[in-house]
Amino acid sequence: MSDFLPTGIQLTYLVAASLFIIGLKKLSSPATARNGNLLAAIGMLLAIVATLLDRQVLNYQMIVVALAIGSAIGAIAAYKVQMTEMPQMVGLLNGLGGAASALVAVAEFWRLLGTAEPVPLDANISMLLDVFIGGITFTGSMLAFAKLQGLISGSPITFPLQQPINALLLISYIVGSGFLLVDPTNLPVFLGLVAVSLVLGVMFVVPIGGGDMPVVISLLNSFSGLAAGAAGFVVMNNVLIISGALVGASGLILTEIMCKAMNRSLISVLFGAFGGGGSAS
Amino acid sequence: MTEALIAALFVFVLASFAGFEVINKVPPTLHTPLMSGSNAISGIAVIGALLVSGPQESNLSVILGLIAVILATINVVGGFLVTDRMLQMFKKKEVKA
Repeated sequence: MSDFLPTGIQLTYLVAASLFIIGLKKLSSPATARNGNLLAAIGMLLAIVATLLDRQVLNYQMIVVALAIGSAIGAIAAYKVQMTEMPQMVGLLNGLGGAASALVAVAEFWRLLGTAEPVPLDANISMLLDVFIGGITFTGSMLAFAKLQGLISGSPITFPLQQPINALLLISYIVGSGFLLVDPTNLPVFLGLVAVSLVLGVMFVVPIGGGDMPVVISLLNSFSGLAAGAAGFVVMNNVLIISGALVGASGLILTEIMCKAMNRSLISVLFGAFGGGGSAS
Repeated sequence: MTEALIAALFVFVLASFAGFEVINKVPPTLHTPLMSGSNAISGIAVIGALLVSGPQESNLSVILGLIAVILATINVVGGFLVTDRMLQMFKKKEVKA
């Protein structure tokens, strides 16, 4: 039995990952789309149930409460949202997914802080990537949601020295990462990196106009897949890695297709507001 | 690098190729539902969240994990339901037309 359960979990993960791939394939054709969505949802349910059977998972009461709260909020939001507000709804949900991935890395960092065991290099790099991508996905998606919902102006916001500031933030993340690789339990540096990734998400979306937001949300969706994949490397879990890579890659292709449908290039969407005052948008 | 990491990298790269191949020639009406569906799949982060909130002790790491479980579950449940609502409407429209 003790040997059977982990094997069963792994095989269930394999089924779940296959269902995700088939589901995505079906989602890209009108006749089978609804069916594909259902298959992917079944895959997700299987993966969650299998994980709950993991011997590492003991904290049942709290986890069931958390799952119930999340399901209730998700279901209510999904039924209340207006059809015209769908793109921003996806943006909002995507941001929450990114935040969840980043939190997995932060939680894992905290766990490693508490134990005396040394942090392995690969886990450390995965955590840094997870925080970086997850943080950007979170604040970037929230800002995209706010722009589409009209909470803030949808027009591109630019200010002097925008690009140098972005470059500086990026460099500081890289330098901070280097620090953390040498000294893996440095809490202030780690929290600083979390903050930088959150600011970068805002800086990334702020100069992009409301009309281009669906493309940006699609790109951020691809990011949240990569963040989930990075979280998979942090906890070394195959179904997370597969689904993350799947969403990351297919999201990138979809972003490209959406750009083409709008007769824009991805570069012009992302950097259109920079430089010469944005010719198109 | 450990053997486990190498295996994980193989899985990651091969799954990326699957992701690149699985999407092609999507009609524009399906762009948003497809984005929404794949967004729901990226809520798979819930698995990572469940694993880090697994230990039966209440330290900050478990609490952060539980928050991640809530956020990821909203992403998953909301994502799949919203996608289904969009596709439902899409179908009705076709019948009327």
